[in-house]
Amino acid sequence: MRYGEREALCGVSFDAVAGELVAIVGPNGAGKTTLLSILAGIQRPSAGSVDRVPREVGWVPQQPALYSKLSAAENLELFARLEKVADAGQAVERMLEQTGLRERAAEQVGLLSGGNRQRVNVAIGLLADPPVLALDEPSSALDPGQRARLWGFIRGLAAAGTCVVFSTHDVSEVQRYATRALVLADGELLFDGSPESFLAAAGEEDGDFEDAFVSFLNGHGHR
Amino acid sequence: MRWLLRKDLLILRRSRLTVALLVIYPVAIALLIGLALSRGPTKPRVAIVDETTPGATVQVGGRSVDVSQYAEQLFSEVQPVRTATRGQAVAKIKSGAVLAAVVIPRDIAARLSSDVTQARLEVLYNGDALEQSLVQSSLNSALAQANLGFSEQIQRAAAQAIGLLLRGGNLGVLGAPPNLIGLSQIPPLLKGIIARQPPGHDRSQLERMLSFATFAAQNLALSKTVLQTISQPIAVRSTLLHGRRTPLNTFAVVVAVSVSLMFVCVLLAAGGVALEREEHALARLLRGLVSREGLLAEKALLAAVCSFALAFAMLAGIGAFVSLDWSRVGLWLAALALGALAFGALGVAIGALAREVRAASLLAFLLSLPLAFLALVPAGSVASGLYDAIGTISFVFPFKASLQALDAAVNQSAPGIWVSLAHLTGLAVLFGALARVGLRRVE
Repeated sequence: MRYGEREALCGVSFDAVAGELVAIVGPNGAGKTTLLSILAGIQRPSAGSVDRVPREVGWVPQQPALYSKLSAAENLELFARLEKVADAGQAVERMLEQTGLRERAAEQVGLLSGGNRQRVNVAIGLLADPPVLALDEPSSALDPGQRARLWGFIRGLAAAGTCVVFSTHDVSEVQRYATRALVLADGELLFDGSPESFLAAAGEEDGDFEDAFVSFLNGHGHR
Repeated sequence: MRWLLRKDLLILRRSRLTVALLVIYPVAIALLIGLALSRGPTKPRVAIVDETTPGATVQVGGRSVDVSQYAEQLFSEVQPVRTATRGQAVAKIKSGAVLAAVVIPRDIAARLSSDVTQARLEVLYNGDALEQSLVQSSLNSALAQANLGFSEQIQRAAAQAIGLLLRGGNLGVLGAPPNLIGLSQIPPLLKGIIARQPPGHDRSQLERMLSFATFAAQNLALSKTVLQTISQPIAVRSTLLHGRRTPLNTFAVVVAVSVSLMFVCVLLAAGGVALEREEHALARLLRGLVSREGLLAEKALLAAVCSFALAFAMLAGIGAFVSLDWSRVGLWLAALALGALAFGALGVAIGALAREVRAASLLAFLLSLPLAFLALVPAGSVASGLYDAIGTISFVFPFKASLQALDAAVNQSAPGIWVSLAHLTGLAVLFGALARVGLRRVE
């Protein structure tokens, strides 16, 4: 994938199966968002392909993509209609129930807390009941309590068979929640494996995951 | 697209300030323009101090013209406030009761009758630079009209005196003999006398007198025409070579409606597209839920329909004050519809370039305002090279074409409406294509 002269992603390839929680981790400018955008069908790669069509991938952007003048229920209904979900009303009810937003359904999104906005954002990504869910830094704007609730919800989705691919800056989330880690730097895939194997690859089996990450990048010539 | 439209209408309904502005703005503009045009320009309030003696006259060739007629001429050109003294007039100016004062001096009749001194009026006024300019301009115009009217009366009196000299009769001047012979009657009389005279010195003297009398009568008759020429030296015959003369008040209506159509439509369309980016929803929509063309068409159409309705309401509202030809309403609707579409396309192109609503609104405003001014620059008011540049800019943006289309629809002006409608269609396609290019970048 290229942006003019700059190569944003180079030779990155991976596959994931149902129930996996795949973390894409890397420093700023590594290509995490670009990779997720390609997976969600927002950007077309200069070369290569994605096996799943965009309709099969639920997309949760980093910034909540919601209309602040509409209520949570109205946002969900709008995207359910646009996604041509068979029973839009039922899908809205299901997502309000799953995300615990029933009591806030009629409130304008602009008046909701950051955590609740992110829940609506995730709910929209799940409206069409997609087999793959792509989340771009889903917990970056949340407080610890909101973060824990969000991850509880996402783990529940993975347990139910959804393949979840997420990007993050917070390497502790990789260690805690991911079943697999993809480490990107300057558009290159440097590592693909479990978090435990990553610690081993960094030579810090008993160490801190963040130290291991920094040392791994340094070892590969990235600072 | 239906659901996107429903969403936008819902958001618009909840943006109370925007809706209020969209409704209040055209109503206020329509009322202001309507009232301004229907009331017409008011005459300036001027204090008039007439110091002349009642019955004072100017003598013209034995005829008398009453000096008070000059004051009456002046009264018809202003809102006169009769004031007894100069001091009272000054007080009225200072208090703001009148804009200015004109003092007609006691000796005006003597000076008008005199061959050596010019009659003078005294004009007093007050105020800041702008007010002074306005008062001076209004008063100069009023005085020029009064002078012209008065000079016509003097010219008529002089023409009557010349007519009597030519035709003969009772001149009515003190000391003039009754039943005077007219100058034009002398040549035929002399011819009869000469015919009865034998050749000789007396006959040749009489023939010389005949030559003079004939020449004098012919030239005195000409002097009446000369007097008319002096009172109005140049007569103007105006011919409109191209199109139909547009009344100024209906053109003002067309300008006001076109400006409102442009602002409402461009701002709504630009804001609509920019809002999708600002809410980070564009990427979500464009990953297969809505096509780029569909999104742009929906935004342009929504803005066009809203602005079209408001512009038509404005036109109808102003129609209550200004006489408009309602039999051409079909053409008004066509002009407004295509104008709105072209403005909608311009708006979505601006919205596609901007990342947020405030930037889009500012860009739309900064672009629209000079476009309106440039389209109204008349030919000949700037250097030809600059006018060509202004013409090119006006041609590639929809304001001038929209103005011409609506002017043609309302006033039957040139160029014909179909040319302008075709121009607007072309611009709608051009800006639609630019908007599509601008939307290639999603985030």
